[in-house]
Amino acid sequence: MIHRRTLLAASVATLAAPAIVRAQTVKELSFYYPIAVGGPLQAIIDGYCQDFQKQSGIKVNPVYAGDYSNTLIKAMTAIKGGGGPQLSVLLAAEMHSLQDQDILVSLDEIGLDAEGRKWIEGFYPAFMANSHADGKTWSVPFQRSTAVAFYNKQTFAEVGLDPEKFPRTWAELVAAAQKLTKRDASGTVARWGFKLASDLGNAQWTFGALANQAHCILMNEAGTETYFTDPKSIEAMAYWYSLPFEHKVTPPGITAWPEIPTDFLQGNAAIIQHTTGSLTNFRNNCKFPFGIGGLPGKDGPRTVVGGGNMYFFKSASEAERKAALRFVRFLTEPERAADWCIKTGYIAVSPAAWETAALKKYVADYPPANVARGFLPVAVGELSTHENQRVYKTLTDHIQACLGGNELPAQAMEATQTEATRILRPYKRG
Amino acid sequence: MKRETIQAWLLILPALILLVAFTHWPAAMTLLDSLYAIPKGNRPPHFIGLDNYADLIDDPVFWQALHNNVVYAIATIPASVLLALLMALAVNEAIPGRGLLRMAYFTPTMLPMIAIANIWMFFLTPDYGLFDSILGFFGGGRHNWLGDKATALPCMIAVGVWQEAGFFMIFYLAALQTMPSDLKEAAALEGSSRWNFFRRVTLPLLMPTTLFVLVNAVINAFRVVDHIVVMTRGGPDNATTLLLYYIYETGFRFWDPAAAATLTVVLLAILAALAAFQFGVLGRRVHYR
Amino acid sequence: MSTAVASPRPLAARRSARDTVPPWRLQSVPTRTLEIIGAWLLGIIWVLPLLYSVWTAFHPEGYATHFDLFAPLTLSNIVHAWQAAPFARYLLNTTILVTIVLVAQFVLCTPAAFAFARLEFPGRDTVFAVVLLQLMIMPEVLLVENYRTLSELGLVDTIVAIALPYLGSAFGTFLLRQTFRTVPQELDDAARLEGCSLLARMWRVYVPLARPTYIAYGLVSVSYHWNNFLWPLVITNSVTTRPLTVGLSIFATTDQGIDWSIVTAATLMTSAPLLMAFLLFQRQFVQSFMRAGIR
Repeated sequence: MIHRRTLLAASVATLAAPAIVRAQTVKELSFYYPIAVGGPLQAIIDGYCQDFQKQSGIKVNPVYAGDYSNTLIKAMTAIKGGGGPQLSVLLAAEMHSLQDQDILVSLDEIGLDAEGRKWIEGFYPAFMANSHADGKTWSVPFQRSTAVAFYNKQTFAEVGLDPEKFPRTWAELVAAAQKLTKRDASGTVARWGFKLASDLGNAQWTFGALANQAHCILMNEAGTETYFTDPKSIEAMAYWYSLPFEHKVTPPGITAWPEIPTDFLQGNAAIIQHTTGSLTNFRNNCKFPFGIGGLPGKDGPRTVVGGGNMYFFKSASEAERKAALRFVRFLTEPERAADWCIKTGYIAVSPAAWETAALKKYVADYPPANVARGFLPVAVGELSTHENQRVYKTLTDHIQACLGGNELPAQAMEATQTEATRILRPYKRG
Repeated sequence: MKRETIQAWLLILPALILLVAFTHWPAAMTLLDSLYAIPKGNRPPHFIGLDNYADLIDDPVFWQALHNNVVYAIATIPASVLLALLMALAVNEAIPGRGLLRMAYFTPTMLPMIAIANIWMFFLTPDYGLFDSILGFFGGGRHNWLGDKATALPCMIAVGVWQEAGFFMIFYLAALQTMPSDLKEAAALEGSSRWNFFRRVTLPLLMPTTLFVLVNAVINAFRVVDHIVVMTRGGPDNATTLLLYYIYETGFRFWDPAAAATLTVVLLAILAALAAFQFGVLGRRVHYR
Repeated sequence: MSTAVASPRPLAARRSARDTVPPWRLQSVPTRTLEIIGAWLLGIIWVLPLLYSVWTAFHPEGYATHFDLFAPLTLSNIVHAWQAAPFARYLLNTTILVTIVLVAQFVLCTPAAFAFARLEFPGRDTVFAVVLLQLMIMPEVLLVENYRTLSELGLVDTIVAIALPYLGSAFGTFLLRQTFRTVPQELDDAARLEGCSLLARMWRVYVPLARPTYIAYGLVSVSYHWNNFLWPLVITNSVTTRPLTVGLSIFATTDQGIDWSIVTAATLMTSAPLLMAFLLFQRQFVQSFMRAGIR
């Protein structure tokens, strides 16, 4: 309510400036953003929208629709209903599916001049991995993250591990996790060594990291083929399967993403795999010293990128599209990207952002903020195919079956591959 | 006569139009949609007859959803009806604290299913949720209640029963309280046992209520999926996917209106069959006063 | 009310009626005690999840996971939850929604029920059977198609859109018809003799006599629509139309993890209005069900 009043006041002020009024053909944009209403992120986004309005006179209305899943559903629903946003932050990996629905407009079509092209090339390549198709650019990175490990330095010291040395390989991680898993007299686990998410919406991200750690890429760039039955992919699943059943360092069954930060903060889990976006949360709320490390791979840290990109929708008018593009360029300017990174823990999307004074100072004050981007060179794009959600679901189903002890890794991967092939068949012809 | 007909239709029309527009018409449209292929982008859907149904038969998730829904129905319907009856009988007697007790039984019904889902999700969190804490107190181990295929659906069943039993209790209570007391006196004079009285007199007189409650329980078993949306999203591995949830997922997450329509037709067929059974067979056995 | 059994021995019957205690009153104290304990145990189990949530909502976050009887009380969770999402707006939306639904249902179903109850016209029973179909097939089941209808009408993301599929209520029509049929024909005839028109008769004679039914049905309708979730989830997109249930579900899903104290606080906030209403009016609730003859 307070925001609206401020925005209203700001709009009135800008209307009073005739020059700006004359130059504008678009006054308002609707922008979908994937967080629950409220919370610190909303304040930041609202702030950026207000800043943009002061600068350009265009009012951007953010709509907060819940998590990525819900935001996707809401945006699609609104667009199919004939209205809807002109731009939205959605999962970078959804690109093919969104294209299938024929609701996206490429940046090339909106219009990129020489400066625009330089802007696109200024992003980290890893973050542009999910943005290209048919030789065009369809989305722009905004809040990108990688999967990293957070670990409880206090418990590391407690069990005799060096808190400054985080495991680099699968073998080292398993050894450390075994030491860290604490059982009480009756055999109930009081603290798990390692926790990673296996619920719908996150299992595929976890698996993407594991697969890359075994040096396996799960799909082709066109998003029409998947490689779940590649021996390295099966190896990754077997490793995941061994964690609860052989090494007993993680609970069997589903581990839900939203529980993991709470578990970590409560001391229930010594090492967790989560997003860099949680860094600020832990920094503010952790009552013990914690560290951030790269996810151990078979022979060295490797990880997966994730997070959200800015997408532009076809249903917007010419003027609206240009205004939206302008807004996104505003958001990804190095100073702003740096500000976003500092406030949230997402990785600033361009090397230029990391060169700004603010971010340099921040990193000097708080070195853990610099750790995640060091792993960008060994990061791979998130699983992204046509009918993305369907493929995610079948992969998740079988991962869950495997982790519940109902399917063996090879079985699970074969079943997933069969189903995925069936789903993608219509796209292979096209 | 003629004038009465016109008047009658005028009175009925507004409600009827809305009713048909949002129940009968969509049902018919859904049936039609299920015979067409999924539209892609700007390409319009084309007629493919029963192919969607063939695909559905091949879909293992559909069979899982069907199986889950049947199990869910078979478990929740008798449980909630029986518990409702027991609760009503308990609260009907002059036992100490019965006002509080009635409140305790009925409160879950007043909560939105979403709220209930959150509360239970918190309850069932592994390790520090209340369930595990209590069990831990008695020496039990930790359980991943919602993340384990074997326990996820039973948990959903428990949540469903918890929510609706109190509501049905009110109907039974109302019926019990309007039972004429002279029946009890007559039975007393005849020296009838309590169980006999219950079985021969109370139960048959409660038949209309039971039928009404049964209808509601059946509908709820297929209609209420809010707790699935929040607590498990159909997992683990489709152990808690119910038909309506699968329809929602297919329609709004996969954006496949053809498959969603096909699933809806199946659900409609099930509901229609159950309706025919309930009103046709059971309805005849009900004793109305 | 006449007794169902006539005793052939008046004097003896009087004596035995006075002295006879129904057998179950003679049951042993242990059995009765056992039953009372059983009922209470069930009651406690039944209310336990809610009590624990209430407890969590009023204690600081750390105690959500470690139960400590003497933990300090706090209102900060409620404050945070209230500020974290526009619950006031959601409350307003929900209130508007249930009011629209209730009023519209009464206005639409009363004439229809009256027509089915008291008027003769060809096809009456068939149409009534068609109406009753909705008892089994609720609009949620058809959500994909209903969504399409409303988007063609351009009504997506409006409060009216949430209400529209439910306004022609088969349940309401059915209940009111049953009640109207029990109205004595003499009253209707008297009104007709006085020269009342059809609508006047309906309004003056039938509606007042069906008051318990209206109350009972109103309570059912309000609680149903207050707690409705899936359809509003699908049809609303923005804060200005979202009801409490959808607002709560969005609130409880965050990328950064769940804070149970705040979530339970928010949960209680959204449930509180109905809960309060019920606690205050539970006797009327039950009584109206009795009088409405829903049994």
